[in-house]
Amino acid sequence: MTTVAPSAGTSMATGDEISAWQTIKRGAEISPELKDGFWGTLLLALLGTAGRVVVPVVVQQTLDRGINGPHGIDLPFVTRMALVAALALVLTGASSYLMTARLFTTAERGLATLRIKAFRHVHDLPVLTQNTERRGALVSRVTSDVDQVSQFLVFGGIIGIISVGQVIVATLIMLYYSWQLTIVVWVCFAPLFLSLRYFQRRLSAAYGVVRRMVGQMLAAVSEPVVGAVVVRTHAIEGRTQARIDEAIARYQDASTKAQGLTAFSFSLGGVSAGLANALVLIVGIWLGQGHLWAGHVTSGEVLAFAFLVSLFVSPVQMGTQVLTDAQNAIAGWRRVIGILDTPADLDDPGATGASLPHRPLDIEFDHVDFAYPGGPLVLRDVDLRIEAGTRVAVVGETGSGKTTFAKVLTRLMDPVSGSVRLAGHDLRTVTFSSLRRRVVLVPQEGFLFDSTLLANVSYGDLDATPDDVRRAVIGLGLGDWLESLPLGLDTRVGQRGESMSAGERQLVALVRAHLADPDLLVLDEATSAVDPALEMRIGRALEALMSGRTSVTIAHRMSTAENADEVIVFDQGRVVQRGPHTALVAEGGVYGRLHASWVAQQGT
Amino acid sequence: MSETSTRPDGAPANDATNPAAHDGAHEATSPPAADPGRSTLRDGFGVLGVAIRREPWIFTVSTLGSLLFGALTVADAWVLGWATDHVVLPAFRTGTTTARAVLAVLALFLGVAILRAVGIVARRLGAGVMQYRMQAAYRREVTAQYLRLPMAWHQRHPAGQLLSNANSDVEAAWAPIAPLPMAVGTLAMVVIAVVQMLLVDLTMAAVGLMVFPLVTAATLTYQRFSSPLFTRIQALRAELSEVAHESFDGAMVVKTLGREAEETARFAEKAEQLRDLGIRVGRIRAVFDPLLEALPGFGVLGVLGVGVWRIRHGHADPGDVVTIAYLLTIVAFPIRSIGWLLGEFPRSIVGFRRVQRVLDEPVETTYGDVRLGDPQRAARLELDGLAYSYLPQQPVLGDLSFVVEPGRTVAVVGETASGKSTLTTLLTRLVDPDAGRVVLDGVDLRDLAPGELARHVALVPQSAFMFDDTVRGNVTLGEDVPDEEVWSALRTAQADGFVAALPKGLDSRLGERGTTLSGGQRQRLSLARALVRRPRLLVLDDATSAVDPEVEARILAAMRTAVAEGSASTLVLIAYRKATIALADEVLFLAGGRIADRGTHADLLQRNPAYARLVNAYEEVPT
Repeated sequence: MTTVAPSAGTSMATGDEISAWQTIKRGAEISPELKDGFWGTLLLALLGTAGRVVVPVVVQQTLDRGINGPHGIDLPFVTRMALVAALALVLTGASSYLMTARLFTTAERGLATLRIKAFRHVHDLPVLTQNTERRGALVSRVTSDVDQVSQFLVFGGIIGIISVGQVIVATLIMLYYSWQLTIVVWVCFAPLFLSLRYFQRRLSAAYGVVRRMVGQMLAAVSEPVVGAVVVRTHAIEGRTQARIDEAIARYQDASTKAQGLTAFSFSLGGVSAGLANALVLIVGIWLGQGHLWAGHVTSGEVLAFAFLVSLFVSPVQMGTQVLTDAQNAIAGWRRVIGILDTPADLDDPGATGASLPHRPLDIEFDHVDFAYPGGPLVLRDVDLRIEAGTRVAVVGETGSGKTTFAKVLTRLMDPVSGSVRLAGHDLRTVTFSSLRRRVVLVPQEGFLFDSTLLANVSYGDLDATPDDVRRAVIGLGLGDWLESLPLGLDTRVGQRGESMSAGERQLVALVRAHLADPDLLVLDEATSAVDPALEMRIGRALEALMSGRTSVTIAHRMSTAENADEVIVFDQGRVVQRGPHTALVAEGGVYGRLHASWVAQQGT
Repeated sequence: MSETSTRPDGAPANDATNPAAHDGAHEATSPPAADPGRSTLRDGFGVLGVAIRREPWIFTVSTLGSLLFGALTVADAWVLGWATDHVVLPAFRTGTTTARAVLAVLALFLGVAILRAVGIVARRLGAGVMQYRMQAAYRREVTAQYLRLPMAWHQRHPAGQLLSNANSDVEAAWAPIAPLPMAVGTLAMVVIAVVQMLLVDLTMAAVGLMVFPLVTAATLTYQRFSSPLFTRIQALRAELSEVAHESFDGAMVVKTLGREAEETARFAEKAEQLRDLGIRVGRIRAVFDPLLEALPGFGVLGVLGVGVWRIRHGHADPGDVVTIAYLLTIVAFPIRSIGWLLGEFPRSIVGFRRVQRVLDEPVETTYGDVRLGDPQRAARLELDGLAYSYLPQQPVLGDLSFVVEPGRTVAVVGETASGKSTLTTLLTRLVDPDAGRVVLDGVDLRDLAPGELARHVALVPQSAFMFDDTVRGNVTLGEDVPDEEVWSALRTAQADGFVAALPKGLDSRLGERGTTLSGGQRQRLSLARALVRRPRLLVLDDATSAVDPEVEARILAAMRTAVAEGSASTLVLIAYRKATIALADEVLFLAGGRIADRGTHADLLQRNPAYARLVNAYEEVPT
């Protein structure tokens, strides 16, 4: 509670700086599954779309040769063509089946990998432990953002591939019939293609506004729910409703605008198509009559062209739609990649790293400075040595740097300069597995997972049996507390442990630490929210826990400082005093002042 | 979304007497009664009926747009057929063509295309407007209901559930509005197209129309296979999100105990289940998508075959074949939009029911019309035989009677779960007592006019809720308070220092997009919020628990000075720390929901061993 992380220290890459193409490339690097069989899938897609032109070809052939042929109606020819077309339809269906199945498989596999990698990486980001209010955003990186990408790849992706393929195939076939009419069609669609970029920009801006407005609306809606007591007791229902109504209206407006833009841009394709249809017929007639170039166009060809135009139109319209989704998906993908590309500022030295010995550890701070990125120094030139097996209390006012000291000591953060050594090993050279095994920090807020008490206690040591746990509980003098719980170790603790009181949550954290059997115990002791009797019980449990180890306690109570072998006093990021309690009281200074205020508080 | 707090403030968090959260959780997970089949259809249309009745004009506009679109899509085929028979084929036969014919073709095609575009815009924009209006209306109603419903109700329902009622449930309820006009238009289009085809040539039409039942059957079969998978995917997404939330919330524990790999495995398990379900959905789609697409193709081939035969026998001309083949291709695809509409129904019904359940909740809190005027003195508080319980037969507070004279400070002391937090909720009428009365200046709280209580009484809860607003907004809560008074309240709450140090002072934004405050800082802002309103009765529910003892001492000193300077306020405070308790003129020692003893701190310390044990516990630390 002592450090207010400056916002600059909690930055994470948004990924906004990379282009769409780079996003896809980087995305494929992170999820190599996406590249599996890519060319095969593309080939299948082309085969599938080629099949879609079979029907117009048959219509053209049937009309031109089977019906309007020089010898009248040619029934065997029509039958043959119909059979060929049927076969082509079946083959198209088969390749569409294979393509869809392959695309789903690679996309889902690739995105599961992306999700898991991002989740793992988030746990290495300092922002997670430094800025609790950003956690909601981090959750959506590994959930809805990835969902958006996967929805796009499997739905939009199929439509996109087919659309592009169909435009190409339709163009090729049109060229085969008549290059002149093909030019007519493309000229009719040119304005649409040219305006696409403009609409894309407008659409993506409009949907950006919608996303922002959703966030603001959700925040406003949470006020009467999460802040119910404040709203009630201060009778600000009117203001709250006004704020909500405004946020709802703004979201509604933004959505309506975006929808209007989507509808308008979608409708344009149809106008181009109408124009193309008319001009194809007219130009076709002129060509047939030899008015333009040397025409050798037949009536059947002109009519088949009308079909081809419709084959050309629908993918263009679909493609416009998909492009909007694509922009949103790419933006989501960028955000996830942004997480993965934010360097974890702590590196595990891994196999080459040192292991800490299993004995009480001595601590050395060698001229340590620490600052949150972009912020002022929070620790200044901390230079001290703590002998193995000592019990140290750290005191100081709010913002003096004592919690930061604990975090640097347990390598939740690395110093900006200087080094921290445990048993002579620089922390940066110690493997994480050894560090987390030998050094345990019990944080202020006892967080529990929504499970049983047993599962929560053995969280630090998965091999622990219920008997081990029971022994640990009794060892800490908490046997009667455990007995007072009707279901004992099988008690469910609720979400975030909220079925238990704040004090009980802290007891669980202590038992957890006891089971972990660390050699350096760092406690951020805050038991203000519990009644004194429970606090005393926790105090006794702490005493039991600290014996036989090195312990560093961020002290919030005078008694902790009094009972410590040594007290370290922080003021504005510096160590200003250290020594046993009595000596420091005699010395006065910052500690004298803190002590005096404590005494005043305890005064009867 | 603001993740600042996860439970309703002031729910007696530390008292073991709050069984409410569990009830709510059960309610949230109880499966909605949605049996598939006919009743889903009926209920789904019922929900749509609500929307249509509320927005009849927009619905009419978008449906007309859709009908226009449908009619013109069919007209397109007619235009092509007409142009084939009257312009193209004659032109090729005779080798001549008139300018009039050319203009007619151009005008017809373009006219139809432009009108069709108008239809698209009307349909899509109309559907959007209708959907967003319904969403907005229901969100306003639900949140207004949240503001009306009593605190006891809020305590029974988890915040997450209420937020999703206002957000995703509302969204799900009105999701079918989006495909609705398209479906209605499609239906009309199908009817028109079928009539057209039948008029052109009965035999060819009969062959072509065989496609419709096949497409419908395929669509229904697809939904039958895929919808259970989609339901499971929705549920898995929620589970995945829960794991991520929990794991990130517990990041300190995960990190300090080095359990990142195990957490990742826990997350990966859900992610992989989701992946496998996604792949299964893909396999199903892979079968049905090409099938649905191929069916019209086969229909067209059939029409051609029959058409040739009909032409040979002189029953039809080539234009007829073209028209019917074309009609077939344009209606075969949109017919699936009816399937999309029906597919939205199950989610819509569940969402609508969940929202409706909140709206149907009876609002119990009633108000009188008494106003207390503006007396410039502290309030007199009287409790008369007060009793309260969360569960029947388990009283939390029983027969509580006492008087706090104006300007006095009373500390309420008691063990965890002795009913202290509950008492504060009764004093501020967050809940009404089962028996007895809370009386302010001679008036029962229940007789006060709406909003009147808040003008005289302020509560500072243990967990401080911050609005997504500036520091000033969080202190004034929208009231027009001069900056000097804001600063003065901040000074008393010892919050002026850190607020002044913020980059924009009073205008600094808090919350997700703003500054992060520590728990102690939030408590101090919450205290300033109460102080700035100059309450005549101030209730502090362990409101400085996260504040450093030294800072707390300064707050208490400042408040004592304020009292001494005549800023008249009666003070009731829940406290654990001796220094806080010592501030009080009188101490109420609560045990088992009753007043076990009362008197000055010194007296109680002397004569009541249980009290002494509780408040002196600090000094018994074994050394």
